[in-house]
Amino acid sequence: MKPTSHAFKQNAAEALVDEQLQKALRNVDRGFVAKRAAAREKLPEFDRLRDEARDIKNHTLDYLDLYLEAYQNKVRETGGQVHWASTATDACEIIQNICMGAGAQSVAKGKSMISEEIGLNAYLETSGLKVIETDLGEYIIQLRGEHPSHIIAPAVHLAKEQVEADFRSKHKELPAGRRLDEPKQLVDEARQVLRKQFLAADVGITGANFLIAETGSSVIVTNEGNGDLTQTLARVHIVIASLEKIVPTLEDANTLIRLLARSATGQEISTYTTYSTGPKRPGDLDGPDEYHVVLLDNGRSELLGSEFRDMLRCIRCGACMNHCPVYNAIGGHAYGWVYPGPMGAVLTPSLIGVNEAGHLPNASTFCGRCEAVCPMHIPLPDMMRHWRDREFAQKSVPVLQRWALRIWAWAATRHRLYQFGTGLVMPMLAFLGGRSGAFRRLPLFGGWTKHRDLPAPQGRTFQQLWRKRRGRGGAS
Amino acid sequence: MASGCCLQTVGPRINESRIGKLGRLETVYDNPSSSSSSLAPRVGLFVTCLVDLFRPSVGFAAVKLLEDAGCIVEVPRAQTCCGQPAYNNGDRADAQRIARTVIEAFEHYDYVVVPSGSCAGTLKRHYPKLLAGDPDWAERASAMAEKVYELISFLTDIRGVSAVDASFDGAVTYHDSCTGLRELGVKDQPRRLLASVKGLTLKEMDDAEVCCGFGGTFSIKYPDISNAIVEKKTKHIAMSEADLVLAGDLGCLMNMAGKLKREGKTVAARHIAEVLAGMTDEPPIGAPAHKRG
Amino acid sequence: MSKPIASESILARIRQSLGVGEEDAGRLNVVSQRLKTHTASLIPERARLPYDERVRLFAEMLNSQSATLTIVEDSSEIPEAISAYLRENNLPAHLRQGQDELLSNLPWERTPQLERLSGCASPDDLVALSRAPAAAAETGTLFLTSGPDNPTTLNFLPETHIVVLRSDDLFGSYEDAWNRLREVYGSGMMPRAVNLISGPSRTADIEQTIVMGAHGPKRLHVVLVAR
Repeated sequence: MKPTSHAFKQNAAEALVDEQLQKALRNVDRGFVAKRAAAREKLPEFDRLRDEARDIKNHTLDYLDLYLEAYQNKVRETGGQVHWASTATDACEIIQNICMGAGAQSVAKGKSMISEEIGLNAYLETSGLKVIETDLGEYIIQLRGEHPSHIIAPAVHLAKEQVEADFRSKHKELPAGRRLDEPKQLVDEARQVLRKQFLAADVGITGANFLIAETGSSVIVTNEGNGDLTQTLARVHIVIASLEKIVPTLEDANTLIRLLARSATGQEISTYTTYSTGPKRPGDLDGPDEYHVVLLDNGRSELLGSEFRDMLRCIRCGACMNHCPVYNAIGGHAYGWVYPGPMGAVLTPSLIGVNEAGHLPNASTFCGRCEAVCPMHIPLPDMMRHWRDREFAQKSVPVLQRWALRIWAWAATRHRLYQFGTGLVMPMLAFLGGRSGAFRRLPLFGGWTKHRDLPAPQGRTFQQLWRKRRGRGGAS
Repeated sequence: MASGCCLQTVGPRINESRIGKLGRLETVYDNPSSSSSSLAPRVGLFVTCLVDLFRPSVGFAAVKLLEDAGCIVEVPRAQTCCGQPAYNNGDRADAQRIARTVIEAFEHYDYVVVPSGSCAGTLKRHYPKLLAGDPDWAERASAMAEKVYELISFLTDIRGVSAVDASFDGAVTYHDSCTGLRELGVKDQPRRLLASVKGLTLKEMDDAEVCCGFGGTFSIKYPDISNAIVEKKTKHIAMSEADLVLAGDLGCLMNMAGKLKREGKTVAARHIAEVLAGMTDEPPIGAPAHKRG
Repeated sequence: MSKPIASESILARIRQSLGVGEEDAGRLNVVSQRLKTHTASLIPERARLPYDERVRLFAEMLNSQSATLTIVEDSSEIPEAISAYLRENNLPAHLRQGQDELLSNLPWERTPQLERLSGCASPDDLVALSRAPAAAAETGTLFLTSGPDNPTTLNFLPETHIVVLRSDDLFGSYEDAWNRLREVYGSGMMPRAVNLISGPSRTADIEQTIVMGAHGPKRLHVVLVAR
């Protein structure tokens, strides 16, 4: 997916005036936030589980190499194959080769953010494969040629009228006079259309929420059951997962599963949580003949040794973006690539470079709500700040901003000079602004005064007044 | 009561014998929280740059509240800014320089009290991280961090203040500034003290805990997004039907007040310390100055 | 074809980031211990209820997830319970099931009008019948396992899915349910698929409005055989 993160400000400006998007975003704010809070309320152990989850992931990362090897052995034992991909292109090539080797013509896909990350669909399509997204949200945006705007609810930015228009224009074989104004009618139509695709697909590709070393299993969670139809009906099942998805045991996965749906949608558990292990066994009446796991690095092994290591604990629940005031103002597309919101702000620069994605970790108020709700206790604001440290160090911060900060900091360590200067400027500003109490316009503060007034200072500074009031006693 | 005993610092380093010279003070509280209640603690007031430059009345309100709570308040001259602008924009070196001057000026006090959640958070949570790699300063940063408190929570949690002697006739709503809330746990304390203000009605707004969109330099770097966020905040403030919005952070307040004014909304804005100290003679934030004469 | 050294180079990068060597007996031991003992973390209290409360919780959870539940006293009552369910919901009196022994040995002669087919689901089947070897009351979750007894396609293709569960197999926690499966399949061993199912299929992808029957069943009905 070609990033537009460098155009973040432009993207955001468009998003802010997009009425349809703004209306849709209210579903995120009002919906997911309240639902997560309710789910947490219903499970008294919720916060303790978060502590355990963080510890499980930290332990796993400390032994990542060994758990991956144990996992690989288990997959092979059950008749599956494991492929390792250092880069996005490697992963695409591997998957294409598996499809070609199986004589595949059509591929059904369960929802996989990793497949977005590596640009899998476009790659497969260039070799003539037909690729169909089966998650309803993903299917809709595939019809629109768009990318997901949220990692859990890919089509959250759309209104039902837009989906109706898309279905009418793409499902030409269906009667034109049919009614499609209710969500139920749209879902029923998608069920009908996609059912055919499931049954025709030669290859089913799913992502993985977790990989379990103990059993060599991959775990997916869905509410639709599309991931299950994808992996059960096709001849070949390919799992694409990044390295950090591994957890040691079924018990470890239980803890994470207790947190995932509650954090994401407020459900106790996703309707379907499926553990798949290897191809069909002798005697099975259904299931794939081949089972492949593609393990993707794409920068994870490096993150492991960096100050961004904690990001590898992410279980892709989306709670951070649901609670983010910036995401709720601009939606996911403005971030310009696969991963939006706070987790996207941390991960994206590591995957596509800080020159392309530098705006993302900067466009945060550091309100900390993301960290407060992250089930894995990832210190997201701290990591965004690490990116800002790197940008400052490599001087990719805008010149004016850089020098304004340095001058402020220089003065801030010279209190006499600072107090002398501010002692002159503040009363002057107070005089200029005193009549109305605030400035509608102020040079250098155009960003602020574009949308709001800037309250005028009261006059003399606290330091001036304090020395005056408590003047006796040897002020220095 | 500890009035008239507040001194300016006489130099960057104070020695322990000072406490003896100032004498002991007895004060009675509803709920004294520590044995230090019988000995007036020396509080170094970290004024914050915004209070110092834009709204000194908040500083004086803080002093009154602290003195009423039996503290001896000193205001070191060698303070300007906590260094957040540098820290949050990646300029660690400058942030460290500023942190060292702050630690130097404040570390010898019994407490360092700050009328701002974000500045208090910077001193308490971030200075130790910032200077963790500096063998000369890491411990000093951690030691001082133990003593840093946001103003309101200091009054309630450390000084045991459960009521203030103030009145305010009107309805107020309270915005939970992010850092104070999430880094320092400031949530109930302001509300408890507001409940004791005679005549005051607290009307909670929706999404009180949601960011106001200030975020320091964020409001200037991404003004349109900041605006979208503060618009939601002022909408909720107006819906609360309060006459006045309060918070513990002047940055948030200037942001909200500036937007309210631009929108022509009549809700006023003040720092909570002003109301708790009964010092509401000064015009609210962004309101015209009193006419002279 | 993956590059032959990809796994080696990735593992090498991981070890470099962790600052560890390749042949570290201490680390290997930690990992093998954890995999072998698979100790559980915190198990919520609601997953550790005594039987009666457990059934109540199970029923509550299923209900809140739009699944329905019938409790019968004895397995001999199952065919009639199923027949009644289909009738009450205007569903056809035929179903597809696998080779599950318990299901096959039920007194189906009591419901002669009910047509039963065997095998994995065909796209035209409207009703499927499976048996769950385990369930966890903590979130109203059935554990269904692949194989000729209860083929996986039964869980997803037909519009209506009926699942029989014995009370002995209704556990409180996921941990207990998995331990039952460990008894059946062996520790560290799995059937091709284990489906944890907690309700009928649904989506909220259109304007966050919940609609049932997205791709999987529109209806999930559980028949619990009480002690």
